[in-house]
Amino acid sequence: MTAVAYVVGGILTAAAALALYRAVRGPSILDRVLALDVVLAIVGAALVLNMVVNRHLDNLILLVTISLVGFIGSVTVARFVTDRK
Amino acid sequence: MVNDVVVSVLLIGGALMSLAAGIGLVRFPDLLSRMHAATKPQVLGLLLLLLALAVENENWLLVPVLVLCWVFQLLTSPVSAHMVGRAGYRTRHLRRDLLTLDELDDVVARAAESHPPRPDRTGGTGREDDGGRA
Amino acid sequence: MNRRHIPLVTELPLVIWLVLVWGALWQDFSPGTLLFGAVIAYVVVNFFYLPPVELTGRFNVLWLVPFLGRFLFQLVTASVEVFWLAVTRGPRLRNAVVAVALRSHSDFLVTATGHAISLIPGSLVLEVDRSTSTLYLHCLNVRSAEDAEAVRRDVRATEAWLIRVMGSARDLAALRAEEARR
Repeated sequence: MTAVAYVVGGILTAAAALALYRAVRGPSILDRVLALDVVLAIVGAALVLNMVVNRHLDNLILLVTISLVGFIGSVTVARFVTDRK
Repeated sequence: MVNDVVVSVLLIGGALMSLAAGIGLVRFPDLLSRMHAATKPQVLGLLLLLLALAVENENWLLVPVLVLCWVFQLLTSPVSAHMVGRAGYRTRHLRRDLLTLDELDDVVARAAESHPPRPDRTGGTGREDDGGRA
Repeated sequence: MNRRHIPLVTELPLVIWLVLVWGALWQDFSPGTLLFGAVIAYVVVNFFYLPPVELTGRFNVLWLVPFLGRFLFQLVTASVEVFWLAVTRGPRLRNAVVAVALRSHSDFLVTATGHAISLIPGSLVLEVDRSTSTLYLHCLNVRSAEDAEAVRRDVRATEAWLIRVMGSARDLAALRAEEARR
Protein backbone atom coordinates (compact mmCIF):
# COMPACT_ATOMS: atom_id res chain seq x y z
CA MET A 1 0.00 0.00 0.00
CA THR A 2 2.87 2.41 0.76
CA ALA A 3 4.42 1.79 -2.65
CA VAL A 4 1.07 2.60 -4.29
CA ALA A 5 0.82 5.76 -2.20
CA TYR A 6 4.23 6.90 -3.45
CA VAL A 7 3.31 6.14 -7.08
CA VAL A 8 -0.01 8.00 -6.82
CA GLY A 9 1.68 10.89 -5.02
CA GLY A 10 4.27 11.08 -7.78
CA ILE A 11 1.62 11.12 -10.52
CA LEU A 12 -0.33 13.84 -8.71
CA THR A 13 2.82 15.92 -8.23
CA ALA A 14 3.61 15.71 -11.94
CA ALA A 15 0.02 16.65 -12.80
CA ALA A 16 0.10 19.62 -10.42
CA ALA A 17 3.42 20.77 -11.91
CA LEU A 18 1.95 20.69 -15.44
CA ALA A 19 -1.19 22.55 -14.34
CA LEU A 20 0.90 25.17 -12.52
CA TYR A 21 3.02 25.62 -15.62
CA ARG A 22 -0.16 26.51 -17.54
CA ALA A 23 -1.31 28.80 -14.71
CA VAL A 24 1.99 30.70 -14.86
CA ARG A 25 2.19 30.82 -18.66
CA GLY A 26 -1.41 31.90 -19.16
CA PRO A 27 -1.75 33.54 -21.69
CA SER A 28 -5.24 34.73 -20.74
CA ILE A 29 -6.83 34.97 -17.31
CA LEU A 30 -9.31 32.27 -18.32
CA ASP A 31 -6.44 29.85 -18.93
CA ARG A 32 -5.14 30.60 -15.45
CA VAL A 33 -8.56 30.07 -13.86
CA LEU A 34 -8.92 26.78 -15.69
CA ALA A 35 -5.46 25.63 -14.64
CA LEU A 36 -6.12 26.58 -11.01
CA ASP A 37 -9.41 24.67 -11.17
CA VAL A 38 -7.40 21.61 -12.14
CA VAL A 39 -4.95 22.31 -9.30
CA LEU A 40 -7.93 22.35 -6.93
CA ALA A 41 -9.11 19.00 -8.31
CA ILE A 42 -5.61 17.62 -7.76
CA VAL A 43 -5.60 18.94 -4.18
CA GLY A 44 -8.90 17.10 -3.72
CA ALA A 45 -7.31 13.95 -5.10
CA ALA A 46 -4.43 14.34 -2.66
CA LEU A 47 -6.91 14.70 0.22
CA VAL A 48 -8.58 11.43 -0.82
CA LEU A 49 -5.18 9.74 -1.05
CA ASN A 50 -4.38 10.97 2.45
CA MET A 51 -7.68 9.56 3.75
CA VAL A 52 -7.13 6.17 2.10
CA VAL A 53 -3.55 5.78 3.28
CA ASN A 54 -4.04 6.99 6.83
CA ARG A 55 -7.49 5.37 7.18
CA HIS A 56 -9.53 8.33 8.34
CA LEU A 57 -12.42 10.41 6.96
CA ASP A 58 -11.70 13.88 8.28
CA ASN A 59 -11.19 15.48 4.88
CA LEU A 60 -14.58 14.65 3.34
CA ILE A 61 -16.22 17.97 4.14
CA LEU A 62 -13.08 19.72 2.89
CA LEU A 63 -13.57 17.88 -0.40
CA VAL A 64 -17.14 19.16 -0.79
CA THR A 65 -15.99 22.68 0.13
CA ILE A 66 -13.16 22.60 -2.41
CA SER A 67 -15.50 21.71 -5.26
CA LEU A 68 -17.86 24.54 -4.30
CA VAL A 69 -15.03 27.09 -3.91
CA GLY A 70 -13.66 26.17 -7.32
CA PHE A 71 -17.11 26.59 -8.82
CA ILE A 72 -17.71 30.04 -7.30
CA GLY A 73 -14.22 31.21 -8.24
CA SER A 74 -14.37 30.27 -11.90
CA VAL A 75 -17.94 31.52 -12.37
CA THR A 76 -17.01 34.89 -10.85
CA VAL A 77 -13.94 35.35 -13.02
CA ALA A 78 -15.80 34.24 -16.17
CA ARG A 79 -18.53 36.74 -15.42
CA PHE A 80 -16.02 39.61 -15.05
CA VAL A 81 -14.23 38.65 -18.23
CA THR A 82 -17.47 38.59 -20.22
CA ASP A 83 -18.73 41.91 -18.93
CA ARG A 84 -15.52 43.88 -19.19
CA LYS A 85 -15.50 43.99 -23.01
CA MET B 1 -5.79 -8.45 -0.05
CA VAL B 2 -8.23 -8.29 -2.96
CA ASN B 3 -9.49 -5.02 -1.53
CA ASP B 4 -5.98 -3.60 -1.53
CA VAL B 5 -5.53 -4.43 -5.21
CA VAL B 6 -8.87 -2.85 -6.14
CA VAL B 7 -8.10 0.26 -4.08
CA SER B 8 -4.65 0.56 -5.68
CA VAL B 9 -6.04 0.28 -9.21
CA LEU B 10 -8.75 2.86 -8.49
CA LEU B 11 -6.27 5.28 -6.90
CA ILE B 12 -3.84 5.02 -9.81
CA GLY B 13 -6.68 5.41 -12.31
CA GLY B 14 -7.91 8.54 -10.55
CA ALA B 15 -4.42 10.01 -10.38
CA LEU B 16 -3.88 9.27 -14.09
CA MET B 17 -6.97 11.36 -14.88
CA SER B 18 -5.29 14.30 -13.12
CA LEU B 19 -2.11 13.65 -15.07
CA ALA B 20 -4.12 13.55 -18.31
CA ALA B 21 -5.60 16.93 -17.42
CA GLY B 22 -2.11 18.30 -16.77
CA ILE B 23 -0.80 17.00 -20.08
CA GLY B 24 -3.86 18.32 -21.90
CA LEU B 25 -3.50 21.75 -20.27
CA VAL B 26 0.08 22.03 -21.48
CA ARG B 27 -0.23 20.46 -24.92
CA PHE B 28 -3.60 21.58 -26.29
CA PRO B 29 -3.41 24.68 -28.49
CA ASP B 30 -6.22 26.96 -27.28
CA LEU B 31 -8.41 27.67 -24.27
CA LEU B 32 -11.47 25.77 -25.40
CA SER B 33 -9.51 22.60 -26.16
CA ARG B 34 -7.90 22.81 -22.75
CA MET B 35 -11.32 23.03 -21.14
CA HIS B 36 -12.07 19.47 -22.28
CA ALA B 37 -8.94 18.20 -20.59
CA ALA B 38 -9.82 20.00 -17.35
CA THR B 39 -13.22 18.28 -17.04
CA LYS B 40 -11.73 14.85 -16.45
CA PRO B 41 -10.16 14.86 -12.99
CA GLN B 42 -13.25 16.67 -11.79
CA VAL B 43 -15.68 13.98 -13.00
CA LEU B 44 -14.13 10.58 -13.69
CA GLY B 45 -11.03 11.13 -11.55
CA LEU B 46 -13.10 12.09 -8.53
CA LEU B 47 -15.42 9.12 -9.12
CA LEU B 48 -12.52 6.65 -9.14
CA LEU B 49 -10.94 8.17 -6.02
CA LEU B 50 -14.22 8.18 -4.10
CA LEU B 51 -14.80 4.55 -5.13
CA ALA B 52 -11.35 3.74 -3.75
CA LEU B 53 -12.33 5.40 -0.48
CA ALA B 54 -15.61 3.46 -0.33
CA VAL B 55 -13.94 0.11 -1.06
CA GLU B 56 -11.29 0.79 1.55
CA ASN B 57 -13.75 1.68 4.31
CA GLU B 58 -16.56 -0.83 3.62
CA ASN B 59 -19.02 1.29 5.53
CA TRP B 60 -22.51 1.82 4.13
CA LEU B 61 -23.09 5.04 6.03
CA LEU B 62 -20.27 6.55 4.03
CA VAL B 63 -21.94 6.01 0.65
CA PRO B 64 -24.45 8.93 0.86
CA VAL B 65 -21.78 11.51 1.65
CA LEU B 66 -19.55 10.20 -1.13
CA VAL B 67 -22.47 10.30 -3.58
CA LEU B 68 -23.22 13.84 -2.38
CA CYS B 69 -19.61 14.86 -2.97
CA TRP B 70 -19.74 13.54 -6.53
CA VAL B 71 -23.20 14.96 -7.25
CA PHE B 72 -22.10 18.44 -6.13
CA GLN B 73 -19.22 18.16 -8.54
CA LEU B 74 -21.55 16.94 -11.31
CA LEU B 75 -23.90 19.86 -10.74
CA THR B 76 -21.24 22.56 -10.53
CA SER B 77 -18.50 21.64 -12.99
CA PRO B 78 -20.60 21.91 -16.21
CA VAL B 79 -21.89 25.30 -15.07
CA SER B 80 -18.43 26.72 -14.46
CA ALA B 81 -17.15 25.08 -17.67
CA HIS B 82 -20.00 26.70 -19.60
CA MET B 83 -19.35 30.12 -18.05
CA VAL B 84 -15.61 29.97 -18.75
CA GLY B 85 -16.16 28.54 -22.24
CA ARG B 86 -18.69 31.18 -23.15
CA ALA B 87 -16.47 33.97 -21.84
CA GLY B 88 -13.64 32.47 -23.87
CA TYR B 89 -15.70 32.34 -27.05
CA ARG B 90 -17.02 35.87 -26.64
CA THR B 91 -13.63 37.36 -25.91
CA ARG B 92 -12.21 35.46 -28.92
CA HIS B 93 -9.88 33.22 -26.95
CA LEU B 94 -10.00 30.49 -29.54
CA ARG B 95 -7.98 29.84 -32.62
CA ARG B 96 -10.33 29.93 -35.57
CA ASP B 97 -7.77 28.29 -37.82
CA LEU B 98 -8.24 25.10 -35.78
CA LEU B 99 -12.00 24.97 -36.29
CA THR B 100 -13.39 22.81 -39.07
CA LEU B 101 -16.74 24.54 -38.78
CA ASP B 102 -18.30 27.22 -36.58
CA GLU B 103 -22.08 27.27 -36.69
CA LEU B 104 -22.37 29.78 -33.85
CA ASP B 105 -20.37 32.33 -35.82
CA ASP B 106 -22.88 32.07 -38.70
CA VAL B 107 -25.76 32.73 -36.31
CA VAL B 108 -24.02 35.70 -34.68
CA ALA B 109 -23.21 37.17 -38.10
CA ARG B 110 -26.80 36.78 -39.30
CA ALA B 111 -28.14 38.30 -36.08
CA ALA B 112 -25.74 41.23 -36.40
CA GLU B 113 -27.06 41.86 -39.93
CA SER B 114 -30.72 41.91 -38.92
CA HIS B 115 -30.25 44.12 -35.83
CA PRO B 116 -27.29 46.33 -36.73
CA PRO B 117 -26.37 48.79 -33.98
CA ARG B 118 -26.56 46.98 -30.65
CA PRO B 119 -23.06 46.99 -29.29
CA ASP B 120 -23.72 45.33 -25.94
CA ARG B 121 -25.18 42.05 -27.07
CA THR B 122 -25.59 40.17 -30.29
CA GLY B 123 -29.33 40.40 -30.76
CA GLY B 124 -31.64 37.61 -31.72
CA THR B 125 -29.81 34.59 -30.39
CA GLY B 126 -31.69 34.65 -27.08
CA ARG B 127 -28.88 34.48 -24.55
CA GLU B 128 -30.02 32.47 -21.58
CA ASP B 129 -28.42 34.81 -19.05
CA ASP B 130 -30.28 37.99 -19.95
CA GLY B 131 -32.20 37.88 -16.69
CA GLY B 132 -29.04 37.87 -14.60
CA ARG B 133 -27.63 40.86 -16.38
CA ALA B 134 -30.41 43.30 -15.48
CA MET C 1 -38.28 40.19 -5.94
CA ASN C 2 -41.90 39.29 -6.34
CA ARG C 3 -42.58 36.66 -3.75
CA ARG C 4 -45.71 34.79 -4.63
CA HIS C 5 -46.95 31.87 -2.67
CA ILE C 6 -45.68 28.55 -3.94
CA PRO C 7 -47.70 25.46 -3.09
CA LEU C 8 -45.89 22.97 -0.89
CA VAL C 9 -46.12 20.24 -3.53
CA THR C 10 -43.79 22.04 -5.98
CA GLU C 11 -41.32 22.68 -3.16
CA LEU C 12 -41.42 19.10 -1.93
CA PRO C 13 -38.66 17.67 -4.20
CA LEU C 14 -36.33 20.50 -3.12
CA VAL C 15 -37.12 19.97 0.59
CA ILE C 16 -36.54 16.20 0.28
CA TRP C 17 -33.21 16.83 -1.47
CA LEU C 18 -32.12 19.27 1.25
CA VAL C 19 -33.04 16.78 3.99
CA LEU C 20 -31.00 14.08 2.24
CA VAL C 21 -28.04 16.47 1.95
CA TRP C 22 -28.34 17.23 5.65
CA GLY C 23 -28.39 13.55 6.56
CA ALA C 24 -25.47 12.76 4.27
CA LEU C 25 -23.36 15.59 5.69
CA TRP C 26 -23.91 14.35 9.26
CA GLN C 27 -23.51 10.75 8.07
CA ASP C 28 -26.51 9.95 10.23
CA PHE C 29 -30.02 9.12 9.01
CA SER C 30 -31.76 8.77 12.40
CA PRO C 31 -35.28 10.27 12.74
CA GLY C 32 -34.08 13.13 14.95
CA THR C 33 -31.49 14.32 12.43
CA LEU C 34 -33.95 14.03 9.56
CA LEU C 35 -36.64 15.94 11.46
CA PHE C 36 -34.26 18.78 12.33
CA GLY C 37 -33.06 18.72 8.72
CA ALA C 38 -36.66 19.04 7.53
CA VAL C 39 -37.19 22.09 9.78
CA ILE C 40 -34.02 23.73 8.43
CA ALA C 41 -34.94 22.83 4.85
CA TYR C 42 -38.38 24.40 5.28
CA VAL C 43 -36.86 27.60 6.68
CA VAL C 44 -34.22 27.74 3.90
CA VAL C 45 -36.78 27.19 1.14
CA ASN C 46 -39.02 29.94 2.51
CA PHE C 47 -36.43 32.55 3.42
CA PHE C 48 -33.99 32.15 0.53
CA TYR C 49 -36.55 32.38 -2.21
CA LEU C 50 -35.70 31.01 -5.64
CA PRO C 51 -38.08 30.65 -8.55
CA PRO C 52 -39.34 27.06 -8.53
CA VAL C 53 -37.84 24.68 -11.05
CA GLU C 54 -40.56 23.47 -13.35
CA LEU C 55 -40.25 19.73 -13.38
CA THR C 56 -42.08 17.76 -16.01
CA GLY C 57 -44.05 15.64 -13.58
CA ARG C 58 -42.70 12.35 -14.90
CA PHE C 59 -39.86 10.24 -13.65
CA ASN C 60 -39.11 6.72 -14.76
CA VAL C 61 -36.53 4.85 -12.71
CA LEU C 62 -36.57 1.88 -15.11
CA TRP C 63 -35.08 4.06 -17.86
CA LEU C 64 -32.74 5.83 -15.43
CA VAL C 65 -30.58 2.76 -14.79
CA PRO C 66 -29.64 2.09 -18.44
CA PHE C 67 -29.18 5.84 -18.95
CA LEU C 68 -26.67 5.97 -16.09
CA GLY C 69 -24.92 2.90 -17.49
CA ARG C 70 -24.63 4.55 -20.90
CA PHE C 71 -23.44 7.78 -19.28
CA LEU C 72 -20.69 6.04 -17.31
CA PHE C 73 -19.60 4.09 -20.38
CA GLN C 74 -19.37 7.30 -22.42
CA LEU C 75 -17.56 9.02 -19.56
CA VAL C 76 -14.87 6.36 -19.42
CA THR C 77 -14.38 5.98 -23.19
CA ALA C 78 -14.36 9.75 -23.75
CA SER C 79 -11.89 10.31 -20.90
CA VAL C 80 -9.50 7.72 -22.31
CA GLU C 81 -9.93 9.21 -25.78
CA VAL C 82 -9.10 12.74 -24.60
CA PHE C 83 -6.09 11.36 -22.70
CA TRP C 84 -4.94 9.66 -25.89
CA LEU C 85 -5.47 12.86 -27.93
CA ALA C 86 -3.52 14.93 -25.40
CA VAL C 87 -0.56 12.56 -25.56
CA THR C 88 -0.45 11.74 -29.28
CA ARG C 89 -2.09 14.65 -31.13
CA GLY C 90 -1.51 17.58 -28.75
CA PRO C 91 -1.26 20.86 -30.64
CA ARG C 92 -2.24 19.40 -34.03
CA LEU C 93 -5.93 19.27 -33.21
CA ARG C 94 -9.03 20.14 -35.20
CA ASN C 95 -12.16 21.28 -33.36
CA ALA C 96 -15.59 22.52 -34.34
CA VAL C 97 -18.48 24.52 -32.96
CA VAL C 98 -21.57 22.48 -33.78
CA ALA C 99 -25.20 23.56 -33.47
CA VAL C 100 -27.57 20.86 -32.27
CA ALA C 101 -31.32 21.47 -32.39
CA LEU C 102 -33.08 19.58 -29.61
CA ARG C 103 -36.62 18.25 -29.71
CA SER C 104 -37.83 19.39 -26.30
CA HIS C 105 -38.68 22.98 -25.41
CA SER C 106 -38.69 22.40 -21.66
CA ASP C 107 -35.95 24.43 -19.94
CA PHE C 108 -35.42 21.62 -17.47
CA LEU C 109 -34.75 19.02 -20.15
CA VAL C 110 -32.50 21.30 -22.22
CA THR C 111 -30.48 22.04 -19.07
CA ALA C 112 -30.24 18.35 -18.20
CA THR C 113 -29.08 17.48 -21.72
CA GLY C 114 -26.52 20.27 -21.71
CA HIS C 115 -25.23 19.11 -18.32
CA ALA C 116 -24.90 15.49 -19.42
CA ILE C 117 -23.10 16.56 -22.61
CA SER C 118 -20.71 18.92 -20.81
CA LEU C 119 -19.78 16.27 -18.23
CA ILE C 120 -18.47 13.98 -20.94
CA PRO C 121 -14.99 15.16 -21.97
CA GLY C 122 -14.73 16.24 -25.59
CA SER C 123 -17.89 18.31 -25.79
CA LEU C 124 -18.78 21.57 -24.06
CA VAL C 125 -21.85 23.79 -24.22
CA LEU C 126 -20.86 27.31 -25.34
CA GLU C 127 -24.25 28.92 -25.88
CA VAL C 128 -27.90 28.03 -25.54
CA ASP C 129 -30.65 29.46 -27.69
CA ARG C 130 -33.78 29.06 -25.63
CA SER C 131 -36.22 30.20 -28.31
CA THR C 132 -35.31 27.30 -30.62
CA SER C 133 -33.72 25.09 -27.89
CA THR C 134 -30.50 24.85 -29.81
CA LEU C 135 -27.23 23.99 -28.09
CA TYR C 136 -23.97 25.30 -29.52
CA LEU C 137 -21.25 22.83 -28.59
CA HIS C 138 -17.49 23.06 -28.83
CA CYS C 139 -16.26 19.60 -29.76
CA LEU C 140 -12.76 18.19 -29.67
CA ASN C 141 -11.30 16.35 -32.66
CA VAL C 142 -14.00 17.03 -35.26
CA ARG C 143 -12.30 16.85 -38.63
CA SER C 144 -15.13 16.62 -41.13
CA ALA C 145 -18.83 17.23 -41.66
CA GLU C 146 -19.43 13.52 -40.94
CA ASP C 147 -17.82 13.88 -37.49
CA ALA C 148 -20.07 16.85 -36.78
CA GLU C 149 -23.08 14.80 -37.87
CA ALA C 150 -22.00 12.02 -35.50
CA VAL C 151 -21.85 14.53 -32.63
CA ARG C 152 -25.35 15.74 -33.49
CA ARG C 153 -26.72 12.18 -33.55
CA ASP C 154 -25.05 11.43 -30.24
CA VAL C 155 -26.44 14.53 -28.50
CA ARG C 156 -29.94 13.84 -29.81
CA ALA C 157 -29.65 10.24 -28.57
CA THR C 158 -28.70 11.55 -25.10
CA GLU C 159 -31.72 13.84 -25.20
CA ALA C 160 -33.96 10.92 -26.24
CA TRP C 161 -32.76 8.95 -23.20
CA LEU C 162 -33.44 11.89 -20.92
CA ILE C 163 -36.93 12.29 -22.40
CA ARG C 164 -37.57 8.62 -21.64
CA VAL C 165 -36.37 9.13 -18.06
CA MET C 166 -38.03 12.43 -17.21
CA GLY C 167 -39.48 14.16 -20.26
CA SER C 168 -43.01 15.47 -20.32
CA ALA C 169 -45.75 13.25 -21.75
CA ARG C 170 -45.87 15.45 -24.86
CA ASP C 171 -42.13 15.13 -25.55
CA LEU C 172 -42.38 11.40 -24.99
CA ALA C 173 -45.25 11.09 -27.47
CA ALA C 174 -43.27 13.11 -30.03
CA LEU C 175 -40.27 10.85 -29.51
CA ARG C 176 -42.39 7.71 -29.93
CA ALA C 177 -43.89 9.14 -33.14
CA GLU C 178 -40.40 9.93 -34.44
CA GLU C 179 -39.23 6.40 -33.69
CA ALA C 180 -42.29 4.90 -35.36
CA ARG C 181 -41.55 6.86 -38.52
CA ARG C 182 -38.08 5.39 -38.72
